[in-house]
Formats: sequence, C-alpha cells, structure tokens
Amino acid sequence: MTEKSLELKHPYERFLRKERMPHIWCEGCGNGIILNCFVRALDELNIDLNNVVVVSGIGCIGRISGYTNTDSFHTTHGRPIAFATGVKLAKPKLKVVVISGDGDLFAIGGNHFIHAARRNVDITVICANNFIYGMTGGQYGPTTPLEAWTTTTPYGNIEHAFNLVHLAAASGAVYVSRWTALHVRRLKESIKKALQKEGFSFIEAVSQCPEIYGRYNKMKTAISMMKWFKEASEVRNFSDPAKAEISPDKIIVGEFVDIEKPSYGRLLREMKAKLKTKQK
Amino acid sequence: MVLTTQKGPRAIALNGDEAVALAAKQCDVDVVAAYPITPQTIIVERFSEYVHDGEVDTEFICTESEHSALTCCLAAAAVGARTFTATASAGLALMHEILYVTSGCRAPVVMAVANRALSAPINIHCDHSDSMVERDSGWIQIYSENSQEAYDSIIQAFRIAEHQELSLPTMVGLDGFFLSHTLENVSVLPDETVRKFVGQRQIPLVKNHEGKFVPYKLDPENPITIGPLDLHDYYFEHKRQQEEAMRKALGIIRKVHDEYAEVSGRRYGNGLVDSYRLEDAELVTICLGSTAGTVKTVVDQLRAKGVKAGLLRIRTFRPLPVQEIIKALQHVKAIAVMDRSCSFGGSGGPVFHEIRHVLYDSNIHPHVVNYIYGLGGRDMSQLLVQKIYRDLARILETGKIDKSIKFIGLRE
Repeated sequence: MTEKSLELKHPYERFLRKERMPHIWCEGCGNGIILNCFVRALDELNIDLNNVVVVSGIGCIGRISGYTNTDSFHTTHGRPIAFATGVKLAKPKLKVVVISGDGDLFAIGGNHFIHAARRNVDITVICANNFIYGMTGGQYGPTTPLEAWTTTTPYGNIEHAFNLVHLAAASGAVYVSRWTALHVRRLKESIKKALQKEGFSFIEAVSQCPEIYGRYNKMKTAISMMKWFKEASEVRNFSDPAKAEISPDKIIVGEFVDIEKPSYGRLLREMKAKLKTKQK
Repeated sequence: MVLTTQKGPRAIALNGDEAVALAAKQCDVDVVAAYPITPQTIIVERFSEYVHDGEVDTEFICTESEHSALTCCLAAAAVGARTFTATASAGLALMHEILYVTSGCRAPVVMAVANRALSAPINIHCDHSDSMVERDSGWIQIYSENSQEAYDSIIQAFRIAEHQELSLPTMVGLDGFFLSHTLENVSVLPDETVRKFVGQRQIPLVKNHEGKFVPYKLDPENPITIGPLDLHDYYFEHKRQQEEAMRKALGIIRKVHDEYAEVSGRRYGNGLVDSYRLEDAELVTICLGSTAGTVKTVVDQLRAKGVKAGLLRIRTFRPLPVQEIIKALQHVKAIAVMDRSCSFGGSGGPVFHEIRHVLYDSNIHPHVVNYIYGLGGRDMSQLLVQKIYRDLARILETGKIDKSIKFIGLRE
C-alpha cells in the first residue's frame, strides 16, 4: 500500500474550513451534531456551496459561521436575522441560513425574529436551544426552564420560558419544527425541507450543554442529557404548537407548521414590476 | 496591605469583577438590571448570588438586552431607587441611546464598565474604545488602575452620582481581563462602614407645575413628569445645566475622595489625577487604567538610572480636570500620551486630543506625542514603555518629533 492511499478524507470535508479546526465547542456539546445535520442536508440537496450564506450571532453556536465553508458573516449580538434580511434582499438567489442560539435570537434579537417571520422573509433560521447563555458562563435567558439553576439564578429560575415553536408559528413562519440533538435524521430532513421552502422557515434544535447547563441541573454528562431527550421526547407532528411547552417530563417534537404563503421578496418584486408597468 | 481583623478592614482575594459586585452589595443598591457580556459577567453573577442568598435587599433582573437593562435602571432611578448595572463593549454601545437619556434625566445610575474592544472583528479583550465613545454622553467617567481602586471607586461613585447638586450618572471603568478576571488582594471595608459612608439616597427638590418644591422623583403624591418633549424653548438650557453640573462635579469628586480616604486610608492622587514621581519629572507618560501599574515599574527602573521619569494617570476623565492636569505638568519637558483607543481619521487618540488641547491655553508648552497601544488586549509590556521613554529622551535631546502620533506594539 502506498503512503498516499493512507490519506483519509472525511466525506464532508469540503463543507468545513479545516484551518479553523479544532472547533471551540466543549466535549459532548450538541452544536457539532447540528453542524453535522446542516452539512448533510446541504450534501443531500446537492446545493452549490457558492450559493449558500451562513449568518450567525454571538454565542457558542455563533462560531458556526467561521466553520462552514460557505460565504458567512458573524454579526453582532442579536442581529443575524437583520443581516440575513439584507443579504436576501440584495441577492434573492442565495440560500440564506441563520444559525444561532436562543439567547441571541430570542432575547437581544427577539424583535428581529418576530418581524422577519411576520413579513415572511425568505430565510431559514436554525436555533440551537441550550436553555442558557453558555458562552458567557451560564446566565439565565429567555428559554431557561422554571426552577433551573443558572449562574444568575442560584436558587432556581422564576421566569417563564418562551415556547419557541409557538412563538414562530404565531409570528407567521411558514415552516416550523422542533427536534433535539438526538433526532439527527429527522433534524437533517427538517433542515432539507426548510431550505426548500419559500418564506420564513424555523427549526428549533434542542441541544445539550452538559458543561454549563446539564451538570448544574442533575444531568452531569452529555449522555444523561441525551437520555433526557430520549425519555421526554414525543413525536407529535402537526400538533398545536401552543401546547408544546418544554417541561422536564415532556419535549414535544415534530413538524408544527408547513404552509404556503408568498414571501416578502416575491411580493416586493411583484409590486415593483406592477409599478414599472404603470409608469409605462 | 491592611491586616485581617474581625471587625476592621480586611484583605481578601478578589478579581476586579468580584470587587465591584461586593462594593455594589455594600452600597445597599435597590435595583440591579443587567445583561451578560464578557468580561463583565462575574459582576452580575456574584451580585445575583447575594440577592438569592438574602445578603442584599435588591430587586435583580437579567433583562433581554443592554438597552433594556439601562432603561430599567433609568426608570428605577426616576422613582428614587439606588440603581446599578454593569456592561462592556457592544453592550455599552447598545446602551448609547439610553446613556444620553439617563444623563439628560439626571438619573444617578452607577455603572461598572469592564472595558473591552468594540466589534468588528469580534474581540473580547481590553481596550478603552467602548467607554471613550461615550465620553460626551454626560456620564462621569472614572478609570481604575487596579481592582482595589475599582472597589473603592464604585463606593465613591454612588456618593458622587447621587450628590444633590449633581444627580449625574457615573461609570467606573475597569480594564477587561487585566482587572476583571485577575485575582488581587483587595482591602475591603466592613459593610457598616460603607453603608454609613454612602448613606441613604438623597433626592433634590425641584419646582413642580404648581410652583411647589417637590422631590425630583416619580411619586403619585407629588406628581411630576421626567423627560418630556423639550424643543426650542428650554432644551438648550437643560443641556447647559448638565455641563454646569459636570464642572461642579470636579470639586465633589475630590471631596468624596477625601472623605473616603479618611474612612479607608486609601488615596488615588486627588481623586481626579494621580501622579507618580512627577514632582521633578522631565519625561512623562499620561495614561488611564491598569497600564499605569506597568508604567510605574518602568519609572522606578529609569529613576534608578538617574532618568527624571514620571507618570500622570488621569483617574477622572469626565469631567476633565483641566487645571489639575496643567498644575501637575508644570516642570515637564516631554509628554507621551497613551491612548488605548483610536479616533479613526482624527488627530490621534481621545486622551491625546484633550491633553494637547488643555496645554494650548496653558503657561507651559512641552513636547507632546501620542502612542496608540493595546487595542483588543494587546499586551503593553515594560519593554514597550521603556521604548516610549527612550523616544521622549531623544525628542528632548534633539528638539525634534519625527511623528507625533504612533502605534506601538504592532506585529506588522
């Protein structure tokens, strides 16, 4: 056997920037699984990487824009959706994907989320929901469950959490789904579907953070968090998202919304064409 | 360092963030609203522990952004509460709008800023770009050299901000990571001493719509409006009053600093500027924050060799202590102003602008050069400081300045 034939190539190598590896994510983190699912979805759809833009905000998962071998932008905290809107309007042919965290998308950037969903901007938003601000050391945020221990709720959280799929559906998203990092195949299929949808598609990927969240909340390892996902998850496709609140005993997963509605970009182009004809 | 005693002052190992949190706790703050951002996070984490452990009677909320955090503090201050928040970098930039509203409403909010670079590119390490941007926002700005000073300055800040003649928001800067995350022996005062020093928040009286004097706070018993529309009629006057209060703050910062010295035994110059071996110095650097520690070491090395080196640290940058700066520099022949931020396209860094401007109308005209250093946490080593003093010596010797604004410590 020659030495050359020993050089192994990862089948998904072309999707990643090797010079940025190793990544910063902790052992057992769910972010790698989400990246993996995203990359496989791109591969299976055979999308030209030159037409994909990944936009992320601040937080652990925010580093993803530096790892994907696509055009990408790492925005300021909370603003990836606003940035993605600009990209999509300027270059409607590009597939624009926002991959960011729950704190980034739903606390500081919450307003952008509801308005982009309302006006049906043609982008895909994937939210890695790890229930806390992981990168800054584990403060409570908009998805932290009641009674959870975080560095800013040492005696348990007293704030109610957002039900992200309900919020997305109520705001007008045309595609809404939720999976956990355990549901790799279904998460990947969901991403594929979202990428092909016209309009605002949203996927919540419930992700384990054993280091900053799990071990302070009776789930010491990534495995124990995965066990929680396994035992608590229940697939209920197209059930009422309002009743899909995440609780310690139940994580309702599945597709919640899959509807057709003209996107903002389409309506804008139609309006412009109409005005042009009028002028003539 | 003060020895540990049961009741008196004691030294404990704290990083800058923890020292700030402890100071805020001892000041008996009513409301804390904040949003996590590195390198400020430990302040809020420690404080939330105090709240949850029942050590303070404070309403605490982790809001959904810095913009909301400061708005919440502003509102709490407007109803008469003692309020505190902490942020850094992009967080302070996001507060920009409300910084002006807070000072314009004369709400005495106290804020710790763990100084950090601004994006882009994203960088979590120290420089002064974040608070320098806000130097015109009507907030008093105090920069700390070490964690001890950060602790002491927060305590003083409540007295300054809430002073009845000022009612001005105050920010205390501590260099991100260099101070915020570095353990240091901090001499802390007993809770009682701090509470006595800071006292209850005093609220000034203002004339209401009926011509009656009422406390300047939102109170259904004595209704007033804070921050309404103010157009051509009196907006200008209100802004001038803010400027007048800033001028008045110079004396009050000194006074509070003196009183604190009596309680704690610690002084930072006169509270406005802090000089080191400056009495007969000919070659002087001027800087803010933790760099002063490194400069002092180099000054000692140079003095041992017979070089007349000295340091002037600006502790209070807003309001700018113009007269104190001129007084401190009387015998100086060459000055290097060190800026840990850059005014792109301007004529040097912001501290340099101020110093050179102050000297223009003064009776002294030493050589003045500017060094932009340490952006994004780049280390300011003793070697680099030594180079600055060598440059100054050469300028003094030849009388020539090859370039008045330089970047120092670059890799290119």
